[in-house]
Amino acid sequence: MSQIFDILKGNPDESDYKKKGVIVQGITGAYGSLHARNMLAYGTNIVAGVTPGKGGQKFEDKIPIYNSVKEAVDATGAKISIVYVPAKFFLGAAKDALESGIKLLVAIPEHVPVRDTLEVINLAKEKGATIIGPNTPGIMIPELIKVGIMPPMPFKEGNIAVLSKSGTLLYEISDSLTNAGFGQCITIGIGGDPVNGTRLVDAFDMVKDVPNMDGLVIVGEIGGDSEEILAQRIIDSGFKKPTVAYIAGRAAPKEKRMGHAGAIVMGTYGSAESKVSMFNKANIPVAKRPAEVPVLLAGKMGQSD
Amino acid sequence: MQLLEYQAKELFREYGINLLPSISSKTIDEGRENAKKLGFPFVIKIQVPVGGRGKAGGIQKCQNEDEFELKYPQVENLTVKGEKARAILLEKMADIKKELYLSIFLNRSKREYTIIASAEGGVEIESVKNQIIKEIGMGNVSDETARDVAKEMGLEGKTADGLVDTLKKLSKLTIEKEAELVEINPLAIMQDDTVMALDGKFVTDDNSNFRHPEMEKYQEKSEIEERAEKSGFSLVELDGDIAVVGNGAGLVMSTLDMLSDNGGKPACFLDVGGGATTESVYEALTLISKMSRVKGILVNLYGGIVKTTVVAEAFIKAYQDNVIDLPVFSRLKGTESDKAKEMLKDSRTKIYDSVEDAINAAVMGVKN
Repeated sequence: MSQIFDILKGNPDESDYKKKGVIVQGITGAYGSLHARNMLAYGTNIVAGVTPGKGGQKFEDKIPIYNSVKEAVDATGAKISIVYVPAKFFLGAAKDALESGIKLLVAIPEHVPVRDTLEVINLAKEKGATIIGPNTPGIMIPELIKVGIMPPMPFKEGNIAVLSKSGTLLYEISDSLTNAGFGQCITIGIGGDPVNGTRLVDAFDMVKDVPNMDGLVIVGEIGGDSEEILAQRIIDSGFKKPTVAYIAGRAAPKEKRMGHAGAIVMGTYGSAESKVSMFNKANIPVAKRPAEVPVLLAGKMGQSD
Repeated sequence: MQLLEYQAKELFREYGINLLPSISSKTIDEGRENAKKLGFPFVIKIQVPVGGRGKAGGIQKCQNEDEFELKYPQVENLTVKGEKARAILLEKMADIKKELYLSIFLNRSKREYTIIASAEGGVEIESVKNQIIKEIGMGNVSDETARDVAKEMGLEGKTADGLVDTLKKLSKLTIEKEAELVEINPLAIMQDDTVMALDGKFVTDDNSNFRHPEMEKYQEKSEIEERAEKSGFSLVELDGDIAVVGNGAGLVMSTLDMLSDNGGKPACFLDVGGGATTESVYEALTLISKMSRVKGILVNLYGGIVKTTVVAEAFIKAYQDNVIDLPVFSRLKGTESDKAKEMLKDSRTKIYDSVEDAINAAVMGVKN
């Protein structure tokens, strides 16, 4: 099993198998509390909240709140934390988590300065931790654990891995996959920032050897070259499972940021054409519309049977 | 945000990078005064936040007053890749020996800052030959690294010293102002072997703006852009006639692509952000009503937990308040969509089950 499944799901011999503890940083904020409730409703085992200055209180009368991640980890032993603090407080919150032994940090905030992200990535490397995000919808194993802000309806347990830069496109495409009978074994939101704690290629490495994964869907967008690098990795690694991609932003003008900080084409760097042609080289069909993704995937599945 | 050349040069000057004398103007009257101060001959340069202005005729030599009166208005009225002149820069002419290329940028896939340098500058980066590429972590350039770059570029003596000095100042600027890209192209070797920045490109990390109040003066925003930002929207204005609204950058880009594939011309990209509320959709419609070229509005919302009735309320209110008088073609994924359709039965807003249907209707709708 891959390490990400060890962290999110665990192994049958562990007492917390399929109920790994999650800490919510910023649990008393409007956004954090809303999504903490949604995660609880989904079945995620939230074991602690963190809000500096509110230690000793309880969330929803049951989940203890601590002043720091260190206190929360000491009390619960949790290895996963999700951060909902405003962008300007992200650096401090992330350092607190990584220095307290958190191994999977899901960074929800949008608008985190790149230098802060770089600093957090460097610290995570030092500590052997994984960062998902920032500016991510999160990560989930459908019907088991959700560490993020995704609505539950689009997702269903199954055997397809979905990696996406965009949040709403992750929902949209997972929805059409689910409707076509393709459930998901894991979905990972990479995030829409220029620099990602987990790049598409890292996410691919996390899921590529998972035995129950039958197919891979990559949802990219203009900006940077992470899709190109992933396509190259797929070629080099000899990965043979049915794979389909979708790239948003073909019609976007150059040198304009299209909503996401990372969605910008500079010259030819980051263009949709460049990404599509690399996927074609890797023999990965690229859907023209989100609704076409399950159709192409079914085609690929048919070929490999 | 991409700064204009004259703004980038203000920062270069502040950091001690060598520049030719230059003055910017926003009107021809100001330009005339600047011409007197600067003295002929000089170059007239259009200030736009995109590349390719030279090819578009946005850089003109100017020898005397007659030429000035002819060329200043020509340059001022140019459009480069859809961008009008934000200002005009007059700059003294340079007697140069050679053009180099130098930049520091955020390398997204390597996740560190990177130097690109070349002894063959003056052309667009894609065409710059013999690139020297050096990764520099968080952006700090040591004396040793700078010397290595100069050596690899084949520079010696005074010119090498100049390159080292410029590169270290560029690094300081990148770090202190949190730039994503700082580029000098060309960096010129002058007849006396000093080096000088003839052009400047500077892209900020907008997410770090809260730490840089000193950079606020470079923000040039239209009223619409300012209101969009206040509401937490992302807005990019385009030149077509169908406004595209949705929630989530990826979804709106995707809608833009599909609209273009079907022969529609997007008038804007408007991402109202993660959730959609009556207020946010109402404000989005208000902003669109201020764009005169718009003939129809295409709305693509993936609600998830959002109630489509809440969005329908925004449409109804916008028509009632006479905020909009345009047809709306919408696809609303979420709960209570039957109820929303019923609410909008007699209005100019139509709800479609699929985004494809909404797009086709919008393309047909604006033709009439």
